[in-house]
Amino acid sequence: MSALSVDALHIALGGAEVLAGVSLDVDAGEWVTVIGPNGAGKSTLLRAVGGRLAHRGSISLFGTSSAALSRRALARMVASVAQSPVVPPGMVVSDYVLLGRTPHISTLGRESAHDQAVVSSVLERLELTPFAGRTLSTLSGGERQRAFLARALAQEAPLLLLDEPTSALDIGHQQDVLELVDELRRDRRLTVLATMHDLSVAGEYADRLVLMAAGQVVAAGAPREVLTEELLGSLYGARVRVVDGEHGPIVVPVRR
Amino acid sequence: MIVAVVAGVAFGAAALPPGSVAAELANLIPGVHLHSGLDERQIAIVTQLRLPRVVLALLVGAMLGLAGGAYQGVFRNPLADPHLLGVAAGAGLGVSALVAFGRGPASLSGLPPGAPVAAFVGALVAVTMTYLLGGLGGRDRSPATLILAGVAVSAFLAAGQTYVMQRNVDDLREIYSWLLGRLATAGWHDTLLLLPYATVSATAILLLRRELDVLSVGDEEAAGLGLHPQRSRYILLGAASLGTAAAVSVSGLIGFVGLVVPHTVRLLAGYSYRVILPLSMLYGGAFLVLADLAGRVLASPAEIPIGVVTAFCGAPFFAVVLRTTSRMSS
Repeated sequence: MSALSVDALHIALGGAEVLAGVSLDVDAGEWVTVIGPNGAGKSTLLRAVGGRLAHRGSISLFGTSSAALSRRALARMVASVAQSPVVPPGMVVSDYVLLGRTPHISTLGRESAHDQAVVSSVLERLELTPFAGRTLSTLSGGERQRAFLARALAQEAPLLLLDEPTSALDIGHQQDVLELVDELRRDRRLTVLATMHDLSVAGEYADRLVLMAAGQVVAAGAPREVLTEELLGSLYGARVRVVDGEHGPIVVPVRR
Repeated sequence: MIVAVVAGVAFGAAALPPGSVAAELANLIPGVHLHSGLDERQIAIVTQLRLPRVVLALLVGAMLGLAGGAYQGVFRNPLADPHLLGVAAGAGLGVSALVAFGRGPASLSGLPPGAPVAAFVGALVAVTMTYLLGGLGGRDRSPATLILAGVAVSAFLAAGQTYVMQRNVDDLREIYSWLLGRLATAGWHDTLLLLPYATVSATAILLLRRELDVLSVGDEEAAGLGLHPQRSRYILLGAASLGTAAAVSVSGLIGFVGLVVPHTVRLLAGYSYRVILPLSMLYGGAFLVLADLAGRVLASPAEIPIGVVTAFCGAPFFAVVLRTTSRMSS
């Protein structure tokens, strides 16, 4: 079954057309990463799937049109980690992760023992238990990224949207976070739609890549089909060498 | 809080022994009979004069503390307070206009009996103006736009107030004493007037306190968590403004409670609004009772206006809070 099906999506922001007819399918359990130069519309696509933008065209999630879903129902299906999430001043990690339970708690209700249990198991899984009582703003970049991820996981939504999940991290922490996402995807049978700038990393972790430019999908397929010297050269205006690697092609920039 | 209540009832121009007062207060609870050793006149002071005033202070303080906490959450700005959206200026103008143009029979406090209603109407008109003006900056009315609109509305209404006062110099004193904040009241009239509004407002805010925590991650992410951020914000703002307007209408402008109390609570009990809001009610009530007590006792038999007392305690205290906060975060 397809977890996400986007058809002829058009979005205009501030009068400019940012997405011009994007179509995309993601199968349940698949990891698809959207790549493309700055301003290609990657983040906009993710925000639209998260249900936060007015659009033309259709988006359906697990067979249901997203327009037919209430915000709460949508939040139980899609969890997202924004590119640079707001860090609420003074909030401790466990309270922050608990916010992820919001779509499961009725408006006037309070969190149940089950909600607390989900939070502790997510904290445990992401090795955040020692930080549960710490203020979010005092964590390091890697720890904080895990806390953002923990909040999204606490939502228990089957589709996970990650907008540049590793852009603030060094290469070691990048690998930690991505390995973690990959393990979680297998454990919990999650579907992952991500955006990423590092092309080699994108290719190593994704099942499929979608290359976007100027609001349109230019190429889609296995990393080997998308990461080619010609395509990247023409779209990014960059001179690159593509080398075959153990888990997919390695893209190396070379001086012009 | 209980200590504050007993102290507030016991001390005053005629001091009563706190133990006896506690016993007499307990007697008000059905089924309790204690011998307090107070005579008839003293009992009358306790139940007819002091108790209503203390309960009113408790209610006003709780309302201001709670509304302050709610405003700070809605605007994601720790400096927001109940008077931010022009509530104070609107109420002030409402009362001034009533005193200046519509002379009713003078009441005990020197203000016409319609003053609470006028203040209430003025405050709600001001909030509505702020809301409409905020809408000119775009449909989404961000917290920053609303705050700016509130500043503009406040300035506009304050100018109106100055004009009215300048045209009617004779009535200046009465308006002035109300502006400074007052809890001078006999009997339960004001308390009963405030109670229904305070109940509605407090219930709405407390029920939605979880959503304030969610709003702290920003509108877009809050929407991603299934919330309608704008809708929650309006409900909370409406409720907080209703409560503030009602409190202002019976007690005048009592500053700093809505600002200092939630701050102190945050320092003591953490940043979650689930905890801040209920505690702000308790501490706000206790704080105002004690401030009122100080105002009655310090210059006895004269009274210092309560707004002056809260500002005197509040301003330096706020400086301390800010210092501590900055030290903790560094």
